[in-house]
Amino acid sequence: MAKKRSNAPAVHPAFADVPHEPGAPKPDPVVVAHGILRKFGGLTAVDVDHLEIQRNAITALIGPNGAGKSTLFNLLTGFDRPQNGAWEFNGHSLSSRSPAQVARAGMVRTFQLTKALSRMTVLENMRLGAAGQRGENIFAALLQPLWGAQEEAHTERALALLERFKLLEKKDDYAGELSGGQRKLLEMARALMSEPEIVMLDEPMAGVNPALTESLLDHIVQLRDEGVTVLFVEHDMHMVRRISDWVVVMAEGRIIAEGPPHSVMSNPAVQDAYLGAHHDTDLSEGQ
Amino acid sequence: MDLLIDTLQQLFSPLTAAFAIAAIGLNVHFGLTGLLNMGHAGFMLIGAYGYAIATIQGAPIWLAVIISLAGAGLFALLLGWPTLKLRGDYLAIVTIAAAEMVRLVGRTQALEPWTGASTGITGKEYKEPFEATSPFPERLIPVGPFELHGTASSSWWLTLVSWSVVALLIVLYWLLQRSPWGRVLRGIREDEDAVRSLGKNVYSFKMQALVLGGMIGALGGVSYALGAQVHPDSMGRPTTFLIWTLLLLGGAASVFGPALGSMLFLATQFLVKGVLDVFVPDDIVSAPQAETISLAFVGITLMLLIIFRPQGILGKRRELAING
Repeated sequence: MAKKRSNAPAVHPAFADVPHEPGAPKPDPVVVAHGILRKFGGLTAVDVDHLEIQRNAITALIGPNGAGKSTLFNLLTGFDRPQNGAWEFNGHSLSSRSPAQVARAGMVRTFQLTKALSRMTVLENMRLGAAGQRGENIFAALLQPLWGAQEEAHTERALALLERFKLLEKKDDYAGELSGGQRKLLEMARALMSEPEIVMLDEPMAGVNPALTESLLDHIVQLRDEGVTVLFVEHDMHMVRRISDWVVVMAEGRIIAEGPPHSVMSNPAVQDAYLGAHHDTDLSEGQ
Repeated sequence: MDLLIDTLQQLFSPLTAAFAIAAIGLNVHFGLTGLLNMGHAGFMLIGAYGYAIATIQGAPIWLAVIISLAGAGLFALLLGWPTLKLRGDYLAIVTIAAAEMVRLVGRTQALEPWTGASTGITGKEYKEPFEATSPFPERLIPVGPFELHGTASSSWWLTLVSWSVVALLIVLYWLLQRSPWGRVLRGIREDEDAVRSLGKNVYSFKMQALVLGGMIGALGGVSYALGAQVHPDSMGRPTTFLIWTLLLLGGAASVFGPALGSMLFLATQFLVKGVLDVFVPDDIVSAPQAETISLAFVGITLMLLIIFRPQGILGKRRELAING
């Protein structure tokens, strides 16, 4: 079970000395990005000067629609290319690496619109997630003894993960037959099959019913407790407050604020971004 | 009665085997990986040319087969290199054009000494080495109601060899589709980006599938050439659509679908043509017209199949009921 975390303003110890400002340096960053610029024609989708993600913590990436959160995700994971910028993962540059190379390095993502492989069973989805499979070589594939043992080990791990994500009884169903929330769970479990160092979850709660939300949150906290770094994009502020250790706020492509979840929302720049710069000006007649 | 026996014979003829082989190749492309290869006849033609020309130049059978496999593999690499990074539709467009290019290049007068241009290469120019390996006597041999020559052209020997190849390829397909390799390909069929996000090099896997399926297609071409002749116009777009029909009838992504589809469809097509020939007077439907009508039969079957049984005979209905 996950540790019960209170809403009291207890800052995660790693962030105790981190200044509450955009681009703040972290004591032990796993991802360091610098000068990332992505333009779509005349529109600047992402323009991040500096960003560090603390290892073994849950970092939330929030911001209004169109802030560039998903684009930044795509850039970091190799699904999109920036016009400019460099980023490192564990000290190794990941700039201009393919999505597959990024994933093999230990940085695995999920998608906002779930990508369950519909016409494969839940268990097959899970097995596919395992890294370094010998049987994925076309010649070795013909000789089951070469990969059978490894496959069994993967299956065991897959079943354990499915049990944890309450999908075990669904293992032989096609992924396309699952509910939207179950697909989110499956995608997250599948991402964990490769034992990543950092998981990047793009709106893990979107479309998930409230009953499942609770267990999903617990899973995410549990991941961090097991040593995985989590970076997630989310709109649901309740979730952000409940589980994140650190919050990065984006608006119009830039990082406008960083801080612990309980205080970052009171930052005036954040309120302006969400509600408009004139949100506290009364515009009604006669005033 | 003769018509019935001839139809039954069609079920296991070398020609049926040739198309079954080609359909297995297409199954690797489409059924397993979801690649829209609309130029499969081009792979067959390359295989047929490769085998025939190499044999005429004096290559032994094994070398000729390797040459035709290598030709198809190279063709697949060339096609895949620019297109496999793009959306699936582009591969369809490029393959249909490339297959036509193979056919038209084969027809050009300039290559007449090798390809025989539009007349093609007649069987007697290259069949001899293969027929020399036959252990059967050189005469017509009746087996039950069926009668075939022991060694020449569409012989018992070719029947035996080509169906053995079909059996081997079915085993190969079965081994591959249940392996982790096959699982990655099925993942790619469902959603490339998801597979990328799991650390698989999608481009490389798609290329492997394209090359393997293309080589199997080339084997289909060799098998076809050994039973008939190498003729560019007999492997044009209609042949590609015929192979698609066979595959979809049997059931894409199924292990036995391609072979079953070929047997059922080619025998039925033969029966349709035969019935028109025998029972309909010539002044209503002439022999060439019967040929054309049997081709129309391909199109009608394909349409009915897509509408009423898109999963084919052996495909899984449950799989298809899932949307996206």
